[in-house]
Amino acid sequence: MCDNNDKPCCGAHKEIDFGAADEILNQYRGKEGVLIPVLQKIQAEYGWLSQPLVEHIARELNIYLSEVYGVVSFYSQFYTEPRWRYTIQICRGTACHVKGSLRILENIEDELDVKAGQMTKDGKFTVEEVNCVGACGIAPVVILGQKTLGSITVAETLDALRNFEEQ
Amino acid sequence: MSKNSKNKKLNNKSVNTAPNTNELTQVLICMGTGGVAAGALDVWASFKEELVLRNIPAMLGKRSCKVKQTGCRGLCAMDVLVDIIDPKLGKHTYKHVKPEMVSDLIEKHILGHEPIVKWFAGKDYEQFYVKQERTVMKQYGLVDPESIDDYIEAGGYIALKKAFKMEQVEVIEEVKKSGLRGRGGAGFPTGMKWGFCHATHGNDKYIIVNADEGDPGAFMDRSLLEGNPHAVLEGLIIGAYAIGCNHGYFYCRAEYPLAVKRLKIAIEQANEHGFLGDDILGSGFNLDVKVKEGAGAFVCGEETALMASIEGMRGMPRPRPPFPAHQGLWKKPSNINNVETFANIPLIINNGGDWYAGIGTEKSKGTKIFSLTGKIRNTGLIEVPMGITIKEVVFDICGGIPGRKRKFKAAQMGGPSGGCIPESLVDVPIDYDSLVEVGAIMGSGGVVVMDNTACMVDMSRFFLTFTQQESCGKCVPCRIGTKTMLEILTRITLGHGCEGDVDLLISLANDIKGSSLCGLGQTAPNPVLSTIRYYRDEYDAHIREKRCPANSCKALLKFEVIEELCKKCGICLKQCPVDAIIWKPKTKAVIELDKCIKCQTCIDACPFLAIH
Repeated sequence: MCDNNDKPCCGAHKEIDFGAADEILNQYRGKEGVLIPVLQKIQAEYGWLSQPLVEHIARELNIYLSEVYGVVSFYSQFYTEPRWRYTIQICRGTACHVKGSLRILENIEDELDVKAGQMTKDGKFTVEEVNCVGACGIAPVVILGQKTLGSITVAETLDALRNFEEQ
Repeated sequence: MSKNSKNKKLNNKSVNTAPNTNELTQVLICMGTGGVAAGALDVWASFKEELVLRNIPAMLGKRSCKVKQTGCRGLCAMDVLVDIIDPKLGKHTYKHVKPEMVSDLIEKHILGHEPIVKWFAGKDYEQFYVKQERTVMKQYGLVDPESIDDYIEAGGYIALKKAFKMEQVEVIEEVKKSGLRGRGGAGFPTGMKWGFCHATHGNDKYIIVNADEGDPGAFMDRSLLEGNPHAVLEGLIIGAYAIGCNHGYFYCRAEYPLAVKRLKIAIEQANEHGFLGDDILGSGFNLDVKVKEGAGAFVCGEETALMASIEGMRGMPRPRPPFPAHQGLWKKPSNINNVETFANIPLIINNGGDWYAGIGTEKSKGTKIFSLTGKIRNTGLIEVPMGITIKEVVFDICGGIPGRKRKFKAAQMGGPSGGCIPESLVDVPIDYDSLVEVGAIMGSGGVVVMDNTACMVDMSRFFLTFTQQESCGKCVPCRIGTKTMLEILTRITLGHGCEGDVDLLISLANDIKGSSLCGLGQTAPNPVLSTIRYYRDEYDAHIREKRCPANSCKALLKFEVIEELCKKCGICLKQCPVDAIIWKPKTKAVIELDKCIKCQTCIDACPFLAIH
């Protein structure tokens, strides 16, 4: 059961409205090789892929549930856990690594008391390591919410985080 | 030389035919990912707002001002870059433009016709272009990537019309003559690849653009797709015609949303103009092109894994044979090339294979785009002829290493599949074969420069962490072998390494290379082998002395200031985020270890490498 209304819902205890999912499924039904785009669109709609949703997709597309989970767990962009609206993404490409992105990640983890891949206890942020975002010219790169912060230092990252909380 | 005069001709043409260039002042704002991250959208908005505010009839016709967005200019370190082209004064480039500078730029430069010298991009900017040979990237900064008309004005789709007047085999012959080799990394001759696929029967074949640019540190494909998507699309259509296939795919990684957006716009526009769809240009040839977005898996850059992913499955590689040219996507004959490879095709068709073969070295033809990143003064994208040396690229084009006590240590090429080129080999020419000889690879063109603060054991561990995470798990050597290697490397960086670890790493590496299923596993040990080859002393220092010579591995650091090296400047104090440093003018800095959070900011900040 979800006991905290401030957190995103775990989806386990209540009925999910499959309406939006069905609309997406209807566009793809009967075509070949549609599983990945279907998952992408449904995730964009619901935020993450809960178990009931994945089961629904498997049933509707007539694909084994194990196969759908195989695909969901294979690709790093699919989430099987709820995520909060704000993500802090730390680019872990080579250029960012050489310019100290590991230090930035470790300090964010310490500051927020989470590990990469987890949501903070107050449910405000999800911290994520991401593969190279291709903005190596301005490494190291942190994407805070919608904003890309380039050539950033540990001190500046922590400042940005603290100021973000004040907003 | 003839190739230069041809270049000039094309260049002039693209400038002269731009709309109303003679009357308009043009403002060109770099809107690549680098530019946008540096605040290009704000600068763009400021220009628009100020022009309206000052009642300058922006974009309304003669004697007004045209504000235009352009794709990635290459020199991301100076973003936001803005060109102001005044009909009388010519072009001036400003660097690090911020919204608050816009009002002055309009007042003094656009209205007053007096450029603001202190904001000029200056010497470094010019130096950046001197040794480059921009052919593929020539239209960068001139063409609006979301406008097919811009591209056509700049000479776009002429190659396509020319190709459609040629026989299919003639097109392939021209590409063979050019000597173009795959720009994705392996360097397989493109013409030959097309020939294989052409030789199969029917038109029910697939042509795929591999835009799953997963190599960390490489972003030339992103930049091409964001900066000039029509050039890649034109190359794809020519390829499809030559091979004789009716279905095309762009497989683009999901981390590049802007590239996906611009690609989709380009495809739509090409459809409207009759360059795609049924009966293209009245030739009777049909081609439909779709964009598939990846979902985040490095191994999908491998051709058979990519095809599995398009089919909607886990992106796991398949054993070859059968090769994709016979049985690829949906078990149909398929041809797959990299983004940059396709971007070269219109140039080859326009100027001829012989022209292209005149650039570069004996076995590596043409130009190559590299992304220069890491500890280097001018980071960004460069396009250079094959055969140029690392030294020229790092020092002449990109301005060398910043920081007084920082020295060039190594250039990492080819990402997680590649290797390091140490200082002693900076004169090695950049071509496919020379790089393999020294233990690196061309790769897709990512060059990460490291200075003497980079620990090579840590770099190995970094790459192994990556490949280990991205290993699909299908074959055992890659799945378990890379994990074991990573465990050994991790214990070395933590100071728990033992005698014999390095030999064990070498033996494991050779086994994994020899027995893995696909390119990911076969090349994953390269970064380790290459660093052991050139920096074995660093491994030994970690294992025997429990010391990191580059002062990078956190577990082996003492966080002490070295008295003899400290110049008492106080820079560390200003950078420390937790005020753990005690310093007064003319005294040595002292780190209070109970306050210190070991973030290593001071170590990075100290210009004299005085903290260890």
